[in-house]
Order: sequence, then structure tokens, then C-alpha cells
Amino acid sequence: MTIDLPLIWAILIAVAVLAYVILDGFDLGIGILFPLFKEEHERDVLMNTVAPVWDGNETWLVLGGGGLLAAFPLAYSIVFPALYAPLIIMLLALTFRGVAFEFRWRTVRWKGVWDWSFTIGSLVATLMQGIALGGLIQGIRVVDRAYAGGWWDWLTPFSLLTGAALVVGYALLGAGWLIIKTESDIQDRCYRYAKLLGILLVLMIGAVSLWTPFLDAKFLARWFTWPNIALTAPMPLLVLAAAWALWRGLHDRRREAQPFLATLALFVLSYIGLGISFWPLMVPPDITIWEAAAPDASLGFLLVGAVILLPIILAYTGYAYWIFRGKVDRHAHYH
Amino acid sequence: MQALLDPVFLARLQFAFTVGFHIVFPAFTIGLASYLAVLEALWLLTKREVYMQVFRHWLKIFAVTFAMGVVSGIVMSYQFGTNWSVFSDRAGPVVGPLMGYEVLTAFFLEAGFLGVMLFGMKRVGKGLHFAATAMVAFGTFLSAFWILAVNSWMQTPQGHVIAANGQFVPESWLAVIFNPSFPYRLVHMVLAAYLTTALVVGAVGAWHLLRDRTNAPARVMFSMAMWMIVATAPVQIVVGDFHGLNTLAHQPAKIAAMEGHYETQRGAPLYLFGWPDDEAEKTRYGLAIPKLGSLILTHEWEGELKGLKDWPKEDRPPAALVFWSFRVMVGLGVLMALLGLAGLAWRWRGRLYDSPVLQRAAIALGPAGFVAVIAGWIVTEVGRQPYTIYGLMRTSESVSPIGLPGVASSLIGFIVVYFAVFGAGIFYIFRLMGRTPGVVEPSEPKAPIRTAGITPGPGMLADNEEGP
Repeated sequence: MTIDLPLIWAILIAVAVLAYVILDGFDLGIGILFPLFKEEHERDVLMNTVAPVWDGNETWLVLGGGGLLAAFPLAYSIVFPALYAPLIIMLLALTFRGVAFEFRWRTVRWKGVWDWSFTIGSLVATLMQGIALGGLIQGIRVVDRAYAGGWWDWLTPFSLLTGAALVVGYALLGAGWLIIKTESDIQDRCYRYAKLLGILLVLMIGAVSLWTPFLDAKFLARWFTWPNIALTAPMPLLVLAAAWALWRGLHDRRREAQPFLATLALFVLSYIGLGISFWPLMVPPDITIWEAAAPDASLGFLLVGAVILLPIILAYTGYAYWIFRGKVDRHAHYH
Repeated sequence: MQALLDPVFLARLQFAFTVGFHIVFPAFTIGLASYLAVLEALWLLTKREVYMQVFRHWLKIFAVTFAMGVVSGIVMSYQFGTNWSVFSDRAGPVVGPLMGYEVLTAFFLEAGFLGVMLFGMKRVGKGLHFAATAMVAFGTFLSAFWILAVNSWMQTPQGHVIAANGQFVPESWLAVIFNPSFPYRLVHMVLAAYLTTALVVGAVGAWHLLRDRTNAPARVMFSMAMWMIVATAPVQIVVGDFHGLNTLAHQPAKIAAMEGHYETQRGAPLYLFGWPDDEAEKTRYGLAIPKLGSLILTHEWEGELKGLKDWPKEDRPPAALVFWSFRVMVGLGVLMALLGLAGLAWRWRGRLYDSPVLQRAAIALGPAGFVAVIAGWIVTEVGRQPYTIYGLMRTSESVSPIGLPGVASSLIGFIVVYFAVFGAGIFYIFRLMGRTPGVVEPSEPKAPIRTAGITPGPGMLADNEEGP
């Protein structure tokens, strides 16, 4: 039996993208929630909950992009031109968002400008990621190893829905993170925002889940034919269970990590749901994991590095989070 | 103007613009990270407070530069897919894993320890903090290693076969990574980064010495920078010469463009100045030294050098841009070496800190490293044209099937956003450089918590005021 390298890499890239969604999700979410906090000291606290880690979080996006180029160059070279506009806008938005972490401390007069740069950058980047995801799910037209669709193919009601859903989802992740990292007034307000966002997110997950199977007959068959349905039926139930855990966590304030963890569960379940729809495709509607994969010589070479290095990366990333554990409070010295 | 309606040209312009902006930041952070590690080590060994004062002065500048390097770098990792999708599809199996290693070994390392380096002094203690600084410095070097392996493979490809579907399939990774131009390009670029940083540090030290020649941190900066410049600038010239000989062996058309030679000849002249005219196939208004070109490149007076006419017109790089960028780089390199020697002379006379002439010269050459780095990259990248993968894949076949409106509007977006955002960042860097080193900055109105240590940069400051 030989090792199925393309499959391993598909899983690895899926995990890298999920890691990105979760990690950068909460710090983009903080950017989305930013305008709700008007006082300067509140904004300082919000920013400082992620300042030491945002850079590492965003590196998973580079790993997702770079890994896709290495392992699935065909997918990379089809998906990126197909989602050209949302990706370019996302990159520009991430630029505004990323520099704000440093720039807002370097000026007094322009601090407000960089606060807006942080907020709008986070919001637009999230929206574009969600739209890009929707654009991918609804399928990409390919002729002769290249994108063959039009300039506006990515912009549909469905992709707008996924964009909006991701904004709500990241905002909820951000609220959950802030519940863990802050106290008193900021925390109180995050509990309130999280209730509203939680309800909205579950509704949106429901809407996307119901819509997706009707985009493509393959998706429909995957979810609603026997025997698949025995495996897919528990998915909505698990989503409801996570939603219940979220609701409980928002009412029982002794367990501060629960809202964040329950939101993570919602993300992971939605992501698995996507995986169920996609399997075995890399680029819907036609290109499979094996068709898109690089030759084994490339996959094997990078796999050695990934197997050795990813545990080390996880260890020191975990260590960095551990160093900056605990509440960020404006009275307690942070550094 | 015709060129502006050509999507391939615009895609090239976009890559050149985004990478040209990007390279400035890592060229500075590679050197600065190592400088910070050295300063912190000196502080730990000697316990002299002045090293920590210099460290603090540059740490904030490093943080701002690094943030700009990160965001402009993410753009680069997506440019290959958005604008060069055919290249990505065909060359991805070779260049992709190398960039994957860059992310796994370098980017995570830098990002993981940057937070500790910027904010963690109080939480982890001195020893671990130094380890974090050293990790960040090592990460910046590893990043240069992998990305230069990619670029060098595109210049001097080997170790692969071309599959039926057009993909470049790696056969020997050692051959791919250690391709013929890689060692030269790596050493040349890393030295360039050190030299660039030394010039900036020297200029900032000189600026403060001009106002107060007794300022201790400024003296440390200026002295260290002058040592570094005199040590690296001459070495860089020698390494550059070896790099040029390597290019002659593997990419003779690039050398012909650099030299402005159209005719193949023995005893070829060295053009100091001139205007290579690709239409007329000759270098106009040339000011030449006979036979010196052959002597430098072949080490023989009568050595033969190929001219651009040896290649069909469609296989030649555009000569004027390569020719002039090369002269800008070399000219600045010579000035840097002279500055280093001048610093040595004044130091020998015991007047290193007392010479306004030397200090003004150091300030004038402060940005020279950046200009030379960009000029050097123009030489090597434009000199590789009309290929993306030298001799094997043309630039015109590499581009994405994106129409003119898409490439043009994204290009405008990048230009507007980069000038606005990075313009502001560079302004902040200048302001940080202008602060008198060693003086605790007054807390600014409306931001009283800054000295309480809740903000990124000044947090370090607060740590050390309260700590050791």
C-alpha cells in the first residue's frame, strides 16, 4: 500500500485554513466590534488582547496560500484568478488592518484614523473571505487548466450570504475571546453582543446549509441519499447542541471560556459540513484532490518538513499564548 | 503609452511595484533583527545601560517596519496566484514547497517570537527575552534563504524535469535549492541587508551627533555602524564581482545588457556611462575605457564577451534599464566603501565623533542601501527577461487570464493604498528615529497609560525603567 500524499495534503491544508479561520477569526472579530467601544482606554484594551499574537495568527493565511501553491498548484492557479477581486480587496483590507496595530500608538492626532483603518480593514477582509468562500462553493468554471468564467462570477446572492455569515461568525468569536480576556464593563457588553450574534449566526448557518445542496446536484446527493444520510443527519443536531452550549455559556458566567469554545465548535462543524459537500473535490464542480495535486516528489518533500515543524510551531505558538495568558486590564500593567 | 494597455506589462508592473515596496522592509528587518540581538547580547554581557538605550530606540522602529513587511509580504504570497496563475500551475511543484518551507521555518518563527520580543520582557525575564530576539533574527535569515533559493532557481534552473502537462517536476531537491546562482545571491543579499541597516543606523547616529556629540547612545550607534560599513562594504564589492562572474557563466545575455555590449568582441570596453539603444543595437554617447570590460569579466585583456546581437531580438532583456540600474548599484557601493574607509581614518585620528563632514556624509548615504537593493533587484529581474524561468518559460506565457480592467484597477489600488499606508508608516519611522536616544520620552497628552506600559513600543521602556 502506498501513501496517498494528495489526500494527506488536502487534510493538512484544510487544517491550516481552519486554524487561520479560528485564530485570525477572533482578532478580525475584535476589529469588527471595535466601533462599539467608544472610549479610548477600552479600545486600547481590545487591541492589547491580540497585539502579541495577531501576526502569528495571520501566518496561517500565508501557510494556506503557500501550501496550496506547493501541494495543489492547479487549484491555486484556478481559484485565485477566479476570485481575483475579492482576494485583492481582502489583501488591501488586511494591509489597513495590520499596520493599525503599530500605527495607532505612534500618533495622537491620527489615532482615530488608524482605529477606523483597523475596523474597516477587519470588516472588509472578513466580508471578502466569506464572499470568496461562497464563490468557491458555488463552483468555478474551468477550461483547459484555467479559469474560464467572467469577471463578476464570484458576486451572487449566495456569496453575499456567506460573506455576511462570516462577518457575524468572526464578530462572535471576537466577543467570545474578549469575554475571556477582559473584565467588568467590557466583558458585560460582550456577553450582550454575543447573544445577538449567536442567534444571528445559527440562523445564517441554517440558511447556508439549506442553500448549499441546491447549488449542485452532487451536493444534494451527498447529503440526502441513503446511506449518506445516516452520517449527515447528525450534523444539524450537533450544530444545535453547540448552539445550546453557547447559549448556556452566555448565561452561566462562571464558565468564561464556554462561549468562545462553543463558537469554535460551530465553526468546526460548519467546516466539516463543507468538507462533506466538497469531498473529493478540490475546486467544485469538477476538479478533484488528485487532479489538482502536485507530483509526489513535491508533496513528499514538503510533508517531511510539515511533520517535523508543525508540532514545533504549535508548541512555541502555544507557549506565546501561555506567556500572555490572563485578563488584560487597563489598571493592571500588561507588559 | 502603448505598454500601459498591455495586461502582461501591467502584471509585471504590479509585481515590480508590490515586491519593490516589500523588499525595502525585509532588507531593513533582516539587518535590524541581528543588530537588536547583538545589542541585547552586549547589554547582557557588559550590563552597560547604553546598549539597552540603543536597543529600545531601534525596537520600536523594528516593530513598525516589521508590521509593514508582514502585510506587504502576504500580498506577495497571493500575487503568484492572482496575476501569474500559469506560472504557478507549471512551476508550483518546484517553487511552492520552497515557499512552504519559508512559511514553516521562518514566518512562524518570526511571528511566534515577535510578540515576546516586543511585549514580553517582564513576563519571561532577560535570558528568554534574548532567546526570543535571537529567534526572530534567525527567522529573518531563514526567510531570505528560502525565497532566494526560489528566485535563484528561476534564474538558473536545474534539478527538475518537465512533465507532459507542462509542469516542472522536481527530481533532486538539493540541485533545485543549491542551484548555481544561489550561494552568490544569498550572500550578496544578506550582506546587502546588513549594509543597508548599518547605513541607516549610522545616519541616525550621525544626525543625533550633529546636535549633541556627547550623546552616548548616538555614539554607540555611529561607532558600531561605521565598523559594520567598513567591514561589509568592501566584502560586498568582492562578492558582487563573484556574483557577476557567475551570471556571465549562466546568463551571458544579462551581462551583455549590464555592460551595454551589442557586439560580440575580444578586448571589450567598459562603458562608464552611455545610453544603450535596443532599436539601433548600439550604446550611444558611450564613455568607455578600452578593454577593461574584458579584463574585469574574463580576467584577460583580450577575453571574448558576447554581445546582445548573439541572441534574437525577442530573447534579449531591455538593456537601458539594466545598464543604468547596475551603475546606480555599483556607484552607491563604491561610495559606501569610501564612507567606511573615511570612518576608519577619522577613528584612527581619534575624531570619529567630532567630524560634521563625516556625519553629513553618513546622513547623505543613509538611504543608499535601499536604493542599491532596489537597483540590484532591477538588474537581476529585468536582466532575466523575457523569461520568468530563465530559458524555459517566458514571462508572456506565465500570466493569468485576467483582463486589462482587472489588472489595471488592482494596480491602481495597490499604488494608492501603498503610498498612503506605507507613506504614513515611513513618516512614523522618521519620527521615531528623530527622538533623542536615551531620553525617556514625555508621556503624550491624552495617552497617560503609555508610560504605564500598556502600549506596544513604550511598554519595553516601562519594563526597563521599573525592572533591572
